[in-house]
Amino acid sequence: MNRILETRELAPSVTYFRVEAAKIARKRKAGQFVIIRVADDGERIPLTIADADPDAGWVAIIVQAVGRTTALLNQLKAGDFIHDMAGPLGMPSEVELFGTVVVIGGGVGTAIAYPTAVALAEAGNDVIAIIGGRSREYVILEDELRAACTEVYPTTDDGSYGRHGFVTDQLKDLIDGGATIDRVIAIGPIPMMRAVASVTELHGIHTIVSLNPIMVDGTGMCGGCRVSVGGEVKFACVDGPEFDAHEVDFELLARRNTSYEAFEYFRAAETKPCAVDAVEASDGA
Amino acid sequence: MARELTRRERMALERVSMREQDASQRRVNFDEVNLGYTAEMAVAEAERCLLCARPSCIDGCPVGIDIREFIRLTADGEFLDAAGVIAESSSLPAVCGRVCPQENQCEGTCVLVRKGKSIAIGHLERFVADFAREHGRPPAHEEIPKTGKRVAVVGSGPAGLACATDLIKGGHDVTVFEALHELGGVLVYGIPEFRLPKDIVKAEIDGLAELGVVFETNAVIGMIDTIDDLLDEEGFDAVFIGVGAGLPRFLNIPGENLIGVYSANEFLTRVNLMKAYEAGAQTPLLDLYRKTVAVFGGGNTAMDAVRTAMRLGAGRAMILYRRSEAEMPARLEEVHHAKQEGVEFHALVSPLELHGDEEGWLRAVKLQQMELGEPDDSGRRRPEPIPDAVEEIAIDVAVVAIGNTPNPLIHKTAPDLEQTRWGTLAADPETGRTSKRGVFAGGDIVTGGATVILAMGAGRRAAAAIDGYLRTDEWESRS
Repeated sequence: MNRILETRELAPSVTYFRVEAAKIARKRKAGQFVIIRVADDGERIPLTIADADPDAGWVAIIVQAVGRTTALLNQLKAGDFIHDMAGPLGMPSEVELFGTVVVIGGGVGTAIAYPTAVALAEAGNDVIAIIGGRSREYVILEDELRAACTEVYPTTDDGSYGRHGFVTDQLKDLIDGGATIDRVIAIGPIPMMRAVASVTELHGIHTIVSLNPIMVDGTGMCGGCRVSVGGEVKFACVDGPEFDAHEVDFELLARRNTSYEAFEYFRAAETKPCAVDAVEASDGA
Repeated sequence: MARELTRRERMALERVSMREQDASQRRVNFDEVNLGYTAEMAVAEAERCLLCARPSCIDGCPVGIDIREFIRLTADGEFLDAAGVIAESSSLPAVCGRVCPQENQCEGTCVLVRKGKSIAIGHLERFVADFAREHGRPPAHEEIPKTGKRVAVVGSGPAGLACATDLIKGGHDVTVFEALHELGGVLVYGIPEFRLPKDIVKAEIDGLAELGVVFETNAVIGMIDTIDDLLDEEGFDAVFIGVGAGLPRFLNIPGENLIGVYSANEFLTRVNLMKAYEAGAQTPLLDLYRKTVAVFGGGNTAMDAVRTAMRLGAGRAMILYRRSEAEMPARLEEVHHAKQEGVEFHALVSPLELHGDEEGWLRAVKLQQMELGEPDDSGRRRPEPIPDAVEEIAIDVAVVAIGNTPNPLIHKTAPDLEQTRWGTLAADPETGRTSKRGVFAGGDIVTGGATVILAMGAGRRAAAAIDGYLRTDEWESRS
């Protein structure tokens, strides 16, 4: 059982949690994740450790409500408990002195990219962040990133904030502007990571992405999280979650991630307030 | 007490059958298939035992249970004493009575095997263990003087539990680390409820906790603590590694990443550990209702998977095995039960390719027909392809149950632990000693995929060696 110390809404249905986990906080490295269960009968879901304080003994996770479990999680408040937390899991991000690194976060992917950006900056790199969102309220962690990065470029799909366009548009601007980029790290929705990969491949920039396949145990035991990288099967939980973007079969990942769409659809229907009840309630009003 | 039976009379008696749920009924539920012996049935079966002067059954038991003695006591109705005899050699009798491949072990070496009437040792073990659980345990151990030594046991499967049992009884402090949220390892994530009810595993673990074993779940050793951390930072005096085989083996054929292709580990974990078979379960599983499910493999895990698929409503559930049925490594009882439940068996077929639709869902498997050739390294006749004998069958879900390879997590974080060329940990088979001082290992991480009883035996041998090491502080290098 892990006690929640603080919750904060970062964007619509995106919540920041600070959770007591003394040992994980001491042992984790940037890029690693935890597997949690919200309740005793809950499913196991992987969440990247967004931040940690080894002295105070907490880790931070940032959760977007997309399915039942994440929705349940986002209802929890400070003082509540997360039933289980196992970690740190996965390989840490490669952190060396590369030179100039562009870290790209799309939506809640920025939360996953954030700890790696900080670690890279601490290792002496010039870190440029590009953080995208559908609109202004979906751009997260801008202030936190500004504290670690040399430059931060927000972008929005609708132009409500920062550069109007996609993160790849900003990336192309940087490349066209003659910036020397030694490495790119892109974390976000699959189409975004794929788009970044095709831009950087043209320019021969080594690019890392963090993959989010369906996972159960997180220790390599089930193989559910298998992805294809350079034509080889890899398990994201133990071999990743970070891989060479130019080797990843994104199409396969996107397809496999639809495995349980039907299950989620019916499950969501179960938890919605019944339409009939809603009609009755409005009639009575 | 009744008149002693003569040898001839005993030999004329028939084996007492296990009561079981009717096949038509059980194929739609997850309740245990075998219903157990009654006390009368157990006594009747035990009375068939010839009580051989030199009992060959014991030679067949990997942990050397005094089978003759426990059966003699059972025949006399002294069930708790019988349980006490088993407990001297086995930590998990209620489990082993259910899942041991007895026909290859004790029952296979019983003198009555030639007449096809081996004593049902497994059924008797199960009865005695269940009786002891339900009617008070065998006499409790007297206060054991504490040694003040601390042992970390990594993994709460059969090897770890057996090792922990003997260590705590030896007066050592024991902490068991389990990566998952639930204790029991393969006993809870792998073996289904209908073969091994989880309450039984829980009772065994509760018993250990009562003896003072400390259990830590959600502790992935290799990640949260390395082996060195356990020895140096956490202050353990010795470590036993019993983490199991870990990584599922796939077929390495095209189409293996289609939606609908599961490893047996994933399929069984979703159902057993995460309870995907229960209404309202939070962990998803593909809908199997009226679907065609193919399971690749012929071992116990394959049987567990295919029978699970049947219970989840599969229209057709089939075993596809590349050798002939005679070579299947599964327990006879599982094969027999699976057939009763309507599972189809297709032997001598090897998958070449899995075919999917445009959206990436599994639709069919292309199979190569095989025939048996010369014996291979395993002594079994090698299956060879029959030229041009290729067929395609429509399937919706495939489960790959062809074994596991060692989980690299431990080795990655303890590179000084010597490995074999198969990636398993190198450990002395008698003592479990690894190449690293104070570190022992046993079970599937050392042997590769084997059985519950072999893992348990390895755990117990290692416990004896750990006890010796902790008392003498002598570390003999491996020969």
